[in-house]
Amino acid sequence: MTALDRLTLDIEPGVVGLVGSNGAGKSTLIKILLGLLAASEGRASVLGLDVVRDGSKIRERVGYMPEHECLPPDVSATEFVLHMARMSGLPTAAARERTADTLRHVGLYEERYRPIGGYSTGMKQRVKLAQALVHDPQLVLLDEPTNGLDPVGRDEMLDLIRRVHTDFGISVLVTSHLLGELERTCDHVVVIDGGTLLRSQSTAEFTQATQTMAVEVTDSERHPDGAAAVCAALVGSGVAVTADGRLLLVDVSDESTYDTVRDAVAGLGLGLVRMEQRRHGIVELFRPQTPDAQPVPFRGQHEKEGSRGSASTP
Amino acid sequence: MPARPDTHTGVIHDIGYRHYDGPRLGRGYAARSLFLQSLRGAYGLGRSGKSKVLPMILYAVMSLPALIIVAVAVATDADELPLEYTRYAIYLQAVITLFVAAQAPQAVSRDLRFKMIPLYFSRPIERIDYVVAKFLALTGALLVLLVTPLLVLYVGALLAKLPFAEQTEGFAQGLVAALLLSLLYAGLSLVVAALTPRRGFGVAAIIALFTISYGAVSSLQEVADNEGNHDVAGWLGLFSPVTILDGVQSWALGATPAGPQGPPGNGAGFVFLLVLLGLVAASFGLLMRRYRKVGLS
Repeated sequence: MTALDRLTLDIEPGVVGLVGSNGAGKSTLIKILLGLLAASEGRASVLGLDVVRDGSKIRERVGYMPEHECLPPDVSATEFVLHMARMSGLPTAAARERTADTLRHVGLYEERYRPIGGYSTGMKQRVKLAQALVHDPQLVLLDEPTNGLDPVGRDEMLDLIRRVHTDFGISVLVTSHLLGELERTCDHVVVIDGGTLLRSQSTAEFTQATQTMAVEVTDSERHPDGAAAVCAALVGSGVAVTADGRLLLVDVSDESTYDTVRDAVAGLGLGLVRMEQRRHGIVELFRPQTPDAQPVPFRGQHEKEGSRGSASTP
Repeated sequence: MPARPDTHTGVIHDIGYRHYDGPRLGRGYAARSLFLQSLRGAYGLGRSGKSKVLPMILYAVMSLPALIIVAVAVATDADELPLEYTRYAIYLQAVITLFVAAQAPQAVSRDLRFKMIPLYFSRPIERIDYVVAKFLALTGALLVLLVTPLLVLYVGALLAKLPFAEQTEGFAQGLVAALLLSLLYAGLSLVVAALTPRRGFGVAAIIALFTISYGAVSSLQEVADNEGNHDVAGWLGLFSPVTILDGVQSWALGATPAGPQGPPGNGAGFVFLLVLLGLVAASFGLLMRRYRKVGLS
C-alpha cells in the first residue's frame, strides 16, 4: 500500500495546516518527519536536519501530539509531563520548572495534581499539548488536536494553537480533516488526498480564491421578491452572484464586496437577515482544481524548517 | 463613607512565555531517565502508595530467611552457613517468580495499554534505547531483590567469624549466579509481558511459564533419575529457566545441583551456559522486533 506518493512540499515557519480525509496520509507524513518511519524512496528534512540521519536530533527540538489517547490514567499531569520533559533531555530542575509553566500556558491549574484518569476530554487534550511543548521545541506536530472536542472545546484548542505560534514563537504543523477549522487558525494550508498533494497555498490566497458569502434578505411591499431585487442590483454593480432559492451566494473578491452588498440592500430598503461566510468543506477541493491529479510542487523561498518530503511508503 | 482602598496588595503578573535556553542532554540522558523511572517503578517508587505494597512485601519475604539463617549461625557458633550462596535463589524461586510476574507487565504492558510508545519514540531515544532501558531496569530490580539477602548472609557470615576467603568466594559465585538469573528472568518475562497490553494476562502467563516448566522438568528429572537414566535427568534441566541456571552454576560455579542431576559432563555444562546466554539474547531480539511494530501504531 502506498500511503504517500511523490509528495513534494516545503513548509515555512508559521502555522501550517495539513488537511486530508481519513487515510489521506497525514499521520504517515508526520511519522516520516519524526524519523519514526522510513520512506521507501525520497527524503525529508526538518529544521534543516535529515530525518534519516538526524532523527534523534530532530526529535529533541520537535514536539509531537499524537491523534489517539496516549496518557496513563494513574499519574497526575505534573508527573507525566515532568517525565516527558526528562525524556526530551531536560535536566530535572529545568524539567520541573518547564512543566509548571507549560501546564499553566495550556490552561491547567489546580487539577494538574490529580490523576489524569479523571480529566475531561478537553483537559486531556491540553495535557497532550503540554507534553509536546514542555521542552520548548522549535516546531510542534499536532495530529488532529481537535478530535473528540465539543464546539467550545474546539474553539479553545484552536485559539491555543494559534497562540503557540503568536505568543510562544513555536511553528506549528497541525492536521485536520476539516478545512474550515484550519482556515481560521493557519497561515498556510496544505491539502493532501490519497497520498498526493492537492493544494498548497497561503490561507489568504485560499480564501480570496474561493470565498463565497451567503446573503439572505427580507421582502418588502415594493420588492415582493427581495432576493431577486438584490441579485439584480448586485449584478448591476459588477458583483458575481448566484441565487440558491432565497439565498444569494456572492463571490467575495475583496473587502469592498461587503460594502457593496450592504449598500445594495440598504438602497432597496430591505432588511438583512444574514450575511455569513460559507464554510468550505474538503469536498469542494476535490473538484478538479488540478484536473490531471499530478502532484503540485510548491516551493517557498524561505526554508527555516523545510520539510521537503518525497515519500512513498509500502 | 469610607473611600474604597484602591491599592492592590498582590498582583499576579503574567510573565508570558519564556523560552528554554538551558542544556538539552540528548539521547543518552533520556534513555537513562527511562531506565531510572522503570527501575524505581518496579518497587513502586514514584507511583501510588498501593503499588508499593506488593514489591516491598516480596522484598521483605526474600530477605527475611537470610536474616534468620544469619541469626542462627551467629547464635550457634556454626562453622559454616547451612546453605550455599548459589542455593538461596533456587529455594526462594517462587518469590522471584511472583516479583517478576508483577513487575514485568507493569514495566511494559502499561506503556502498550495506554499507547505511550509513540510518545516515547517521538523523543530523542531510539527503539534500542527503550528496549535496553526496560531490560536493564527489570534486571536491576531483580538484582536488588537477589543480592540483598546474599549481602545479609555474607555480612552475617563474617560476623560469625566464618573463614573469610571461603565466604568471599561463595558470595562472589552467588553474585554471578544472581546476575545470570536476573538477566534470564527479566528477558523471558519481558517478552511475555510485551505481547499483551493486558496486565492480568501478562502476570498469569509469566507465572505459568516459570512454575509449570519447573514443575514438569523437576518431576521428569526425578522419574528419569530413579530409573537410572542419570544423563537424561541432567539434560532435562535445559527445559526450564531455573534448572538451566542451576545447571550453569553447578557446572561453572561449583554449586551442588538443586535437582537430582546437574549437566552430565563439561560439554553439557557449556551447552547449559550457551542456552542461558542464547535465551537472554533471543529475548532481546524478540523485544526489538516487537517494538518495531508498536512504535508506529
